[in-house]
Amino acid sequence: MKPISIEEKLGVNKFNVDEGNPHIIIKKETGNLEVIKKCVIACPAGLYSIKEDGNISFDFAGCLECGTCRVICAGTGILDWNYPQGTFGVEFRYG
Amino acid sequence: MPEEKFDCIIVGAGPAGSTAGFLLANAGLEVLIIERGTFAGSKNMTGGRLYSHSLEKIISDFASVAPVERKVVKETITMLTNDSAVSIDFQSQQLNQAQKESYTVLRADFDQWLAGKAEDAGAILAPGVRVDDLLFKDGKVTGVIAGEDEMEADVVILADGVNSLLAQKAGLKVELKPNQVAVGVKEVIELPAQVIEDRFGLNKGEGAARIFVGNCTKGKIGGGFLYTNKNSLSLGLVFTLADLAESQLTVPQMLEEFKSHPVIKPLIKDGKLVEYSAHLVPEAGLNMLPKLYSDGVMVVGDAAGLVINAGYTVRGMDLAIASGEAASKAIITAKEQDDYSAASLARYQDLLDRSFVMQDLKQYQKFPEFMENPRIFNEYPQLVVNIFKDMFIVDGSPGKPLRKKVLNHAKQVGLVNLLKDAWKGVKAL
Ligand SMILES: Cc1cc2nc3c(=O)[nH]c(=O)nc-3n(C[C@H](O)[C@H](O)[C@H](O)COP(=O)(O)OP(=O)(O)OC[C@H]3O[C@@H](n4cnc5c(N)ncnc54)[C@H](O)[C@@H]3O)c2cc1C
Ligand code: SF4
Repeated sequence: MKPISIEEKLGVNKFNVDEGNPHIIIKKETGNLEVIKKCVIACPAGLYSIKEDGNISFDFAGCLECGTCRVICAGTGILDWNYPQGTFGVEFRYG
Repeated sequence: MPEEKFDCIIVGAGPAGSTAGFLLANAGLEVLIIERGTFAGSKNMTGGRLYSHSLEKIISDFASVAPVERKVVKETITMLTNDSAVSIDFQSQQLNQAQKESYTVLRADFDQWLAGKAEDAGAILAPGVRVDDLLFKDGKVTGVIAGEDEMEADVVILADGVNSLLAQKAGLKVELKPNQVAVGVKEVIELPAQVIEDRFGLNKGEGAARIFVGNCTKGKIGGGFLYTNKNSLSLGLVFTLADLAESQLTVPQMLEEFKSHPVIKPLIKDGKLVEYSAHLVPEAGLNMLPKLYSDGVMVVGDAAGLVINAGYTVRGMDLAIASGEAASKAIITAKEQDDYSAASLARYQDLLDRSFVMQDLKQYQKFPEFMENPRIFNEYPQLVVNIFKDMFIVDGSPGKPLRKKVLNHAKQVGLVNLLKDAWKGVKAL
């Protein structure tokens, strides 16, 4: 198998994105780089990144709803994390 | 205002919730199962192997009708370094015996089937609904809230999985800590059945389970797994969250590297990626056990952290099923006595204590701590590989007696460390 980028990988999945209604919101953008760095490493969907200017970039659309970033950020007040509303989000066809 | 009151509302149609729903409906109770996914299983993933014993007790010979993938007849543990591997194979007729056998499963199909059994028994399944909160009256849980809707029940079972936001709201559980969970990632890779059977040396319908330790997690606490399905492979990695922070590579990068390891590459050759998934695994067993019940509410399965992390394998589905069964038994008695207080629901804990669930969890209680030893993921795989290299690589340089070779390699880890770890391992088990 050829190497596959994370974007291509997520492209294989079925998502029903709740446009305009993110289920994960970064509340505190600044001063949390150390914690967010852990999310950059651990998020299985590679949705967290830190831009050159030090700002955080995050996109909820490819979220696999694992809860990893939620546990990493627990108690810091950085994230507002919930599951997507019923029927929205990732839909595993194999699981 | 709630329109009708159920005997029991179950949140989550995974194995724990659907088992409870099936047994309660079978006993004639009015049961509502609420699932946030569009269908049961659509949010769930697992490594891949269901030990049959606990479901077999409830639905005998289930594997002949359920959508299971392959019966596992071959177990392999592989220690990996960056370019080498040593594997141990286990094959036994005993893997084939009733109650001892295990099956690979894919959850989208399997969970739908089990939820369907609950529906056939009379439970109402409401998919596509996210429960947001619980209803309380005088400190007792009396139902659930989903969006604008409120639904009442005598008792609520929280079968909402590892993150269980609801068990936290019920005051049964505190937030998960990074050293109590692992993150698992998995690819489902499609291959023709015949190719799978040839590649893994299997007869038709038979399956293989492979576990990897060492380089696949770049020495981080965790491991790799590969399960054969009918027409696909489930290949993935699991990492303890607390140990991941210092990693040089991201989780998706490590999965790609794992796939290109010389041992893995030929196994997935010409395969086609059909899904990529991720999920948390509760890993701390009894050390993270929440309060299992309170007035009008119980927590089962992953939501209660009922998973055995034995290092070489993760077991949660058979425990989820058994805990769903125990909860349903306690509720059936509670209904007979019309008493859903904590004192009555305590029967659930009794039943669990007496079952394999708590006994096995106790047996493995020290194991997570034992596995927190970086030598297991770095030095030991290297040590074993080095010994085998000395045994099998012949290049014309003069050989030393095997005894000396082994001793030399062991010295690199430190003989005292080796003995200490071996002793700890024995004690942990
Ligand atoms: C990578 C990995 C490998 C594993 N390997 C194995 C293995 O080989 N063998 C094994 O036995 N176990 C394995 N496990 C563990 C096993 O998958 C779990 O223990 C098992 O799935 C737990 O079942 P459950 O019913 O408790 O929870 P889940 O299967 O997680 O079900 C919870 C359900 O609740 C629903 N839900 C959650 N919140 C809400 C809400 N608010 N409203 C409505 N619905 C909600 C979810 O959508 C889901 O359907 C593995 C786990 C992982 C992650
Ligand atoms: S829940 Fe999992 S997949 Fe989604 S953003 Fe957080 S870490 Fe990434």
